[in-house]
Amino acid sequence: MNKLLLICLLFTTSSISFANVIHKERSLYRNIIVEDNYNLRCLKFNVKTSKTNQSCLYKDDPNKLVFNYTKLLFSSLLLLENPPEKILIVGLGGGTMSNTLHQLYPNAIIENVEIDPAVIKVARQYFSFFENDNITSKVQDGRIYVKRAAMKKQKYDWIILDAFNGDYIPEHLLTKEFLQETKALLSENGVLSANTFSISDLYAHESATYEAVFGDFFNVRNRKNSNRIILTSNAALPSGEVIIERVKRLAKDLSPFGVDIAQISSNMTSTKEEQDWSDDTKILTDQYSPANLLNQ
Amino acid sequence: MNNLKNNNLQNALIYLLAFSSGFSIMGIELLGGRILAPFFGSSVHIWGSIITVFMLSLSFGYLIGGKLSTKNASLTRYGCIFLFAGVTVLPIVLWSGPIMESIFINIEDSRYGSLAASMALFFIPTIILGMISPYSVRLLVTDKERSGQVAGVLYFVSTLGSALGTIITSFYFVLFFEVNSIILTFSLALILFGLVAITFDKFSKNSINETAEAIHE
Repeated sequence: MNKLLLICLLFTTSSISFANVIHKERSLYRNIIVEDNYNLRCLKFNVKTSKTNQSCLYKDDPNKLVFNYTKLLFSSLLLLENPPEKILIVGLGGGTMSNTLHQLYPNAIIENVEIDPAVIKVARQYFSFFENDNITSKVQDGRIYVKRAAMKKQKYDWIILDAFNGDYIPEHLLTKEFLQETKALLSENGVLSANTFSISDLYAHESATYEAVFGDFFNVRNRKNSNRIILTSNAALPSGEVIIERVKRLAKDLSPFGVDIAQISSNMTSTKEEQDWSDDTKILTDQYSPANLLNQ
Repeated sequence: MNNLKNNNLQNALIYLLAFSSGFSIMGIELLGGRILAPFFGSSVHIWGSIITVFMLSLSFGYLIGGKLSTKNASLTRYGCIFLFAGVTVLPIVLWSGPIMESIFINIEDSRYGSLAASMALFFIPTIILGMISPYSVRLLVTDKERSGQVAGVLYFVSTLGSALGTIITSFYFVLFFEVNSIILTFSLALILFGLVAITFDKFSKNSINETAEAIHE
C-alpha cells in the first residue's frame, strides 16, 4: 500500500513540469518558447496544444537526436545510392536536422529555408544552429524559395519538407503544383521526404496528391503513429534487398545520433502494397487546398 | 400609387445589389491570399499588399462613384457599373497565372512583387465595386432630412454583405469549390445583377410612361 502511494506520488510530481522557460517571444507568425527541463532543451511554438515541441536537444549530448520524427527522416538515406551532396531543408525548427546532417556529411551543401526570422535567431542562440559557407539559412517562404531555385536550375539530392508541425498548415506547400515544382529540383536520383500528417481527413488528400505527382511512395511511421514521413524519389523506389543492403551500410554511421536505421526500415510501408486511401480522393491543388479545414 | 410601389421595389433592388457587391468584394479579397500564395507565399506582407490595394481602390472608387452620381443618375447607369465590375473581375480567372509569373520573374522582393500583383489583379475591379456605395446613396436619397439614415442603412446592408462574403467564402466555399469557380461565380452574379437593374429600369420607365399617358387621356 505504501509502495503504491509512493508510486502515485512519484507520478504526480513527475507530471508537474519542472520546465524552466529561458526565452519567450511573440514573432510575426507564432509564439516562440524555449524551455529547459533538466538535461532537455526544447523549442515550442505554442503553449496550449499538446503536440507543441518543435525541436529538442540533450544539452550534454547535442548530437543525439531526441525526436522520433527526426530520426524517421533518416530513412531517406535508404533511397539514396550515394551520400547526398546538396540538401534543402524547408522549415528550420531548432536547426537540429541541419546540424546532424553536417556532422554526418561535412562536405554537403545544406540550405535551410525558414519563413520566420525569429526562429532562425532562436535556433542560433539556444540550439547551436551551425552555419558556414556550406550551410546557409534564408528567411523566405518555402514556395518562393523553390520557385526561385528552379529558375536558377538548382538541383538537390535530398529535399526535406518540415514545415507542417505548427497549428497552422501552409496550404500552398501541400498542392500538386508545389510538389511538381519541388520534384523539378530533385537530382536524377534525388529524394524528397516530408514530415507530415498521420491522422485527420487531410491524410487521404495528401497521400493522393503525392501519388499523383510521384507515383508510389513509402510511408514511414513511428509506433504511436503520431507522425508519418512521406518518402519519395525521382528514381524508382528501391527493392527490399537493396534497402536491407543499405541498412547494413548505414547502421554504424547513424547509431551515434541515436538512429536505429534497421528498426526504422521495418516501419516503412510502400503504397504499392498498401494504399490506404480511396481512389476518388480529391487531390490538393493551388485551386483547391483547404488543408486547415480538412485537418480537424 | 403604382409609382410608389415601383419606388419601393427599386429601393429594395438597390439594397440587394449593394449587399451583393459587399459580399463579392470581401469574397474576392479573401481569395486574393490564396491566389497570390503560389508565387508570393503566405508571409504577413501578402495580406499587407492585398488589404492595401483593396483599401486604396475602394477609396478611389468612392470618389469616382460619387462624382459620377452627380450627372444623370439612373438605375441603368447603376446596372452598368455592375456589368463593368463583373467583366473586370474576369482577368483574375483568365490570366492571373501568367500575370503573376511575369511579376515574379521581374521583381525579386516578394513584398513589392505581391503588391504589384495585387495591383494588377484587383485594383480596377475593386475601384468599380467601390463606386457602387455612393451611387446607391444618390439613388436612394429623396430628401435631405433622411439622407443620413439612408446612408446608414446602406452601409449596414453592404457591410453585412462583406461580413457574410468573408465568412461563407473562407468557411465553406473554399472547401467545396475551386478558387477560379468561386471568382467566376462572383463575376457572373455581378453581371446578372447589372442586367436585372437595367431591365428593371426599362420596365418601370415604360409603366410610368403608360400611366402618364393614361392620365393624359
